[in-house]
Amino acid sequence: MNTTALEKIQAAFPDATCKIALDSVVLDVLPEDLEKTLSRLKKDEEFNCGLLVDVTAIDYLDYPQKPKTRFTVVYTLRNWEKALLVQVRTPVADPEVGVPTATHLWGAALWGEREVYDQYGIHFEGHPDLRRILNHWQFKGHPLRKDYPIEKRQICYETDSMEKEIRARLDKKGVDDETLNDINTEVMFLNLGPSHPATHGAIRILTALDGETIIANVNEIGYLHRGFEKNSEKMTYNQIIPMTDRLNYCSSMMNNIAYVKAIESWMGITITQRAQFMRVVLSEFYRVLDHLVCLSAAFVDIGGLTGYWYLYNEKEAAYDFISRLCGARLTSTFTRVGGMYRDFYDGWQKDLEFHIKSIEKGIDDALTLIATNRILHDRTQGVCVISGATALNYGVTGPCLRASGVPYDLRKDAPYYNYESFDFEVPVGSTGDVYDRFMIRFFEIKESIKIIRQAMKNIPGGPINIADNQVILPAKDDVYNNIEGLANHFKLVIEGVKTPPGEWYDAFEAANGELGFHFVSDGSGKPYKLKVRPPCFYTMGSFHKMVEGSMIADAVINLSCINIIGGELDR
Amino acid sequence: MALGLESNLGDTVITTNLDFVVNWGRQYSLWPFIYGTACCAIEFMSAAASQHDVSRFGAEVVRFSPRQADLLLVCGTITYKQAPVLKRIYEQMPDPKWVLAVGACASSGGIYNNYCTVQGIDTIIPVDIYVSGCPPRPETILDALIRLQDQIKGESVLKDRHKDFKGILD
Ligand code: SF4
Repeated sequence: MNTTALEKIQAAFPDATCKIALDSVVLDVLPEDLEKTLSRLKKDEEFNCGLLVDVTAIDYLDYPQKPKTRFTVVYTLRNWEKALLVQVRTPVADPEVGVPTATHLWGAALWGEREVYDQYGIHFEGHPDLRRILNHWQFKGHPLRKDYPIEKRQICYETDSMEKEIRARLDKKGVDDETLNDINTEVMFLNLGPSHPATHGAIRILTALDGETIIANVNEIGYLHRGFEKNSEKMTYNQIIPMTDRLNYCSSMMNNIAYVKAIESWMGITITQRAQFMRVVLSEFYRVLDHLVCLSAAFVDIGGLTGYWYLYNEKEAAYDFISRLCGARLTSTFTRVGGMYRDFYDGWQKDLEFHIKSIEKGIDDALTLIATNRILHDRTQGVCVISGATALNYGVTGPCLRASGVPYDLRKDAPYYNYESFDFEVPVGSTGDVYDRFMIRFFEIKESIKIIRQAMKNIPGGPINIADNQVILPAKDDVYNNIEGLANHFKLVIEGVKTPPGEWYDAFEAANGELGFHFVSDGSGKPYKLKVRPPCFYTMGSFHKMVEGSMIADAVINLSCINIIGGELDR
Repeated sequence: MALGLESNLGDTVITTNLDFVVNWGRQYSLWPFIYGTACCAIEFMSAAASQHDVSRFGAEVVRFSPRQADLLLVCGTITYKQAPVLKRIYEQMPDPKWVLAVGACASSGGIYNNYCTVQGIDTIIPVDIYVSGCPPRPETILDALIRLQDQIKGESVLKDRHKDFKGILD
């Protein structure tokens, strides 16, 4: 693909080595050129990469073809309008010295770079707030370095006070120590979480209040950091699938699909038409479920418990329906590299239609309650506004970005699985307030249901797995009755599916936004490195932009409408 | 307030033992605090919603302040970063109190055997019932609740249950 993009970029950066990896143009630049390159890619009209998708690093300590330096930092950028994906890589000679920061270009780099610092110990020169983000403050060492033993546990005895951070934020907002000490100003510090009903999981929101108005806010995450990325380096590609369930556990199947899609794309596998349609149906169904959970929880926070019952009961029924398909209500593990675990069961279509109908009824009932409800309107409209430009700058994607009026949706902008042939709209908001983020989910549910119906109408028959014994397990009959089948099965289970060596990034439009997987393969059956680009990590990174200036009660409903899922946020 | 009961009983005296009466009361009015961190919490939501309806077992008054709760449901993975928070919440709950470790993660670390995950919350606070599953189905959570009620039946008000407990944070 993208050879023209490659030529253009090569022409613009003659000193860099450019190549194509999957959908992205990869540039290798020297550390001293990094800042120049990034800033040109962002500001030059021709490239206009407004979205910093992700920042990560690679530790080549155990890699078979070792480059000269141990660490490499990778910035992944996107111009969503032109479907241009660029990765800028630079070697890091000394992690203590590190590389220059990109925080002046993208707000998203604030958290992205902190994560790299935390996990790999790479310094970012000029970063305003470089400290740990996922691991606790008493942690020593950097867990994603190859020489950090996975089982070396470190106990945290006390939580961080975060006083320094909130004071720095206040300072930035023009509230200095003198004002704080002035007897006539009353700044109150209020802490929500990590365990608070409004946080729906474990997040800590620290605010400085003037009356009820938030003047400064800093947030702490990482309470659910459970080492997904380190664990996956020890597992075969197919073994990781159950772990992906637990990223965004409200839409587990979407993670399964996004994950195997990334591997299949790199291996050059085209899955069967039936499997593609199945994946579309299931992703859209899970998008619906994910939005239902988010909306029903938001209803609870807003004080509208009736709405919760209307929506949550449908979701609850759908979980039992899903367990009929894959055996589990929540943790589906339904895909495999090269296809699906099972086909739909007999009568699936009828059941599906039944559940879709009741979901439609549920959301219509809920909408009737709120469409002209003055209380809800007053409570949500014009509250916690974030502009499209700011949202994009902070790496917000998915419904939250679309609520701010930016119609970026990978299903339209870089379609996969025949999405271009389905008839559906991408709803966008006008103001980017809580109301928009809330309502957009209702409309997305309707669009997803449209897609499901079209896909079920046109789904072809045929196999669900590709016919390749290097990828898909042989039939049980072969395993038990002939030696090749047995050997084949054994090798695939023990060694795993082998991927060609290299490095790639692949993205998927999940319920919360762009869900990406960044792999490094050394040619074996286990990933050398696997980094998730979780949509809500970056959404949460922009939280202070939404709530500063609003009331404390607004921060609570804002948190529920951006749908932060701990498993994905902290991995 | 007359309940009608006294007219039947007249001025009879009922003898029972203290443990029986107190435990009977405690058993059917558990006030849970949900420490939900991950996927298991979603299944607890289902256990609380109308289909499974935890209120049938007298434990529906979910409290969001540990000071008003006597049953701590730990639903989800506990990391070292959270451990001090969990311990603090446990300590804020008044006695008598019980703890359910819901799901594989809370019971043993589950599939996460690595640098950041606590290998079972019983290394931090005492646990009464372990609930298996990843995540447990809502029925399993209800079952655990019933088992806990059974356990409470056999307890004594005079005994301090976890006096000698010592966890990694103590
Ligand atoms: S036991 Fe399983 S479902 Fe529960 S929190 Fe752990 S990983 Fe999630």
